[in-house]
Amino acid sequence: EELYDGNMELKEIQTLAGHSDRVWSLAWNPATGTSNNPPVLASCSGDKTVRIWEQTPSNRLWHCKAVLEETHTRTVRSCAWSPCGKLLATASFDATTAIWENIGGDFECVSTLEGHENEVKCVSWNASGSLLATCSRDKTVWIWEVMPGNEFECVSVLQGHTQDVKMVKWHPTMDVLFSCSYDNTVKVWAEDGTGDWHCVQSLGESNKYYLSLLSGHSSTVWALAFNAEGNRMVTCSDDLTLKIWETDVGGMQSGNDLVSWNHLCTLSGYHDRTIFSVHWSSFYTSSHLNREGIIASGAADDALRFFVESKDELVDGPSYKLLLKREKAHEMDINSVQWGPGVRFV
Amino acid sequence: MVSGLINANPVIYEKKERRVRSAPSVGDDEHAVEPIDQLELEARFVRVFIFLTFLNHIRDIKDPEHPYSLEELKVITEDAIEVDDNHSYVRVTFTPTVEHCSMATVIGLCLRVKLMRSLPQRYKVDIRVAPGTHATESAVNKQLNDKERVAAALENPNLVDMVDECLAPSYA
Repeated sequence: EELYDGNMELKEIQTLAGHSDRVWSLAWNPATGTSNNPPVLASCSGDKTVRIWEQTPSNRLWHCKAVLEETHTRTVRSCAWSPCGKLLATASFDATTAIWENIGGDFECVSTLEGHENEVKCVSWNASGSLLATCSRDKTVWIWEVMPGNEFECVSVLQGHTQDVKMVKWHPTMDVLFSCSYDNTVKVWAEDGTGDWHCVQSLGESNKYYLSLLSGHSSTVWALAFNAEGNRMVTCSDDLTLKIWETDVGGMQSGNDLVSWNHLCTLSGYHDRTIFSVHWSSFYTSSHLNREGIIASGAADDALRFFVESKDELVDGPSYKLLLKREKAHEMDINSVQWGPGVRFV
Repeated sequence: MVSGLINANPVIYEKKERRVRSAPSVGDDEHAVEPIDQLELEARFVRVFIFLTFLNHIRDIKDPEHPYSLEELKVITEDAIEVDDNHSYVRVTFTPTVEHCSMATVIGLCLRVKLMRSLPQRYKVDIRVAPGTHATESAVNKQLNDKERVAAALENPNLVDMVDECLAPSYA
C-alpha cells in the first residue's frame, strides 16, 4: 500500500497482511473513496478467499472488513467491482465465477457462473455494468449479460485465441472488449449490431502481411490498461516490454467498429523479469509532463516502476520515460498494481 | 506407466560421489593467506557450499517413468545449476533423455517444486531444457516459467501425487 504524493516520491503507508497464500489481484471499489464514503478494496488469493479492506477515516489505517470464503474451491485469480460498487465478481481456478452482493455490510454469493472448461483467469465489467466478461485457460472469452434478479446469461463464447487467455478488459467508455493471451496476442472484440460478437482486430498476430508482427509482443501478454480518455492502451508482457497502442476514439464513438489500434511505441530495457501487471492512472497532476496520467508496472523482479509520456522528443513521435523505480517494493513478485480512484494505489 | 514408455531403454549413468566434504578444503591453508584473500576464500566457500546444497536438493529426484534418479539418467548434472546468491537467483538447465520426451514438463515441474520447497522464498528460479535437446523446447520452457500455469497445475491432485512420488527419494 503506497501513496503517491505528487512530488515523485513514494511512501509506503501500510502493509495489509491476512492472506495465507500469494495475493493474485486486487480491485478498488469505484463507488468508494469520496468524502463520506471511505475507500474500499478487494484482494484475492491462492488461499481461495477474497478479503475486503476498508480505510478507517479517523486514523487512515486499513482494516479487513470481510473475508469471502467457502465458495471457491481453488485459487481466486481475479476480482472486479461492478461500476456501482454493489457487486463483486471473483474468478477462480475452480472454473467458476462468483457474484457477491453487499447486503447490509455482509457479502453474500448471489450467483455462480459456470461454463468454462477449466481455470477462469480474469473477470471484467463493462462501463455501464450491463455486461460481464470472463476468460479462461480453455482459450475462450465469455460475455455474460446481467439480467434482473442477479441472473447472468451467457450471450457469446468468443473463440480465436490459440492459448490460455490471461486477461479481459472492457474499454472505459465503449462496449468493446480486449483480451490478452499466452499466445502473445491482444484481441479486440465488438458487437456487430445484431447481437453477435466478433474479433475485429488482433494485435501482434504472427502474420507476415501485417505490420503488427513487427510491433507485437513476442511472449505472453499478461495485462492491459487504458488511459482516462480511452484512446491509448498499454500492454505488458513476459517479453519484458510495455507497449503503447493508440486509436482514434472519435471514430469508435461514431460506431465504426473497425477503427484500428496502432502500435505507438515500445518501452524496452526497463524490466528484468516478467511484467505481470500494468495500470494507467486516470488522475492528472498540475505538471504538464504527466497530463496523460502515470503508467505503473509491477514485475517479477519485485520492483514497481512509473512511466510518463515524454514531451521532449516530439520529433520522433510520442515516447515514454521512466519517472520512478522502487526496487524491492515487495519481497516477491508484484502480481497487481492498481491506481485508486483518488491518488492511492497498491 | 503400464504401457508405452516414452523412453523404454534409457542409458543409466553411475551416481557421482557426493562432494559435500570437498568444500571445507577450500579453507585448509588459510594460515598462509592475507586477510583480503581469506575474505575471498570465505566467499568462495559460501558459493561452493550453496552450489552443493542446491545440487543435493535436486539430484535424487526420481524420473517419472523409471526407478532411477535424474542424476543417473543425466537429466541433470552439476553443470545444470547456476546460482547467483547475491541476486537470489537460480537457473536449472535439464536435459530430457530423448528429444520428444513428453515427460519434460513433469520433470521440470518436479525441479521447480523441489526448489520452491527447499529454498527461501526470495529466490527467483528459472527452469529450462538444455538448448537443442527437446523438440518443443520453447513451448516447454514457456510453460515451466509461467507461474500461473504452475500454480494451477499444483492444484491438480493427480499431478501433485505424481510430483510427490518423484520427489520422495530427494527427501531421504
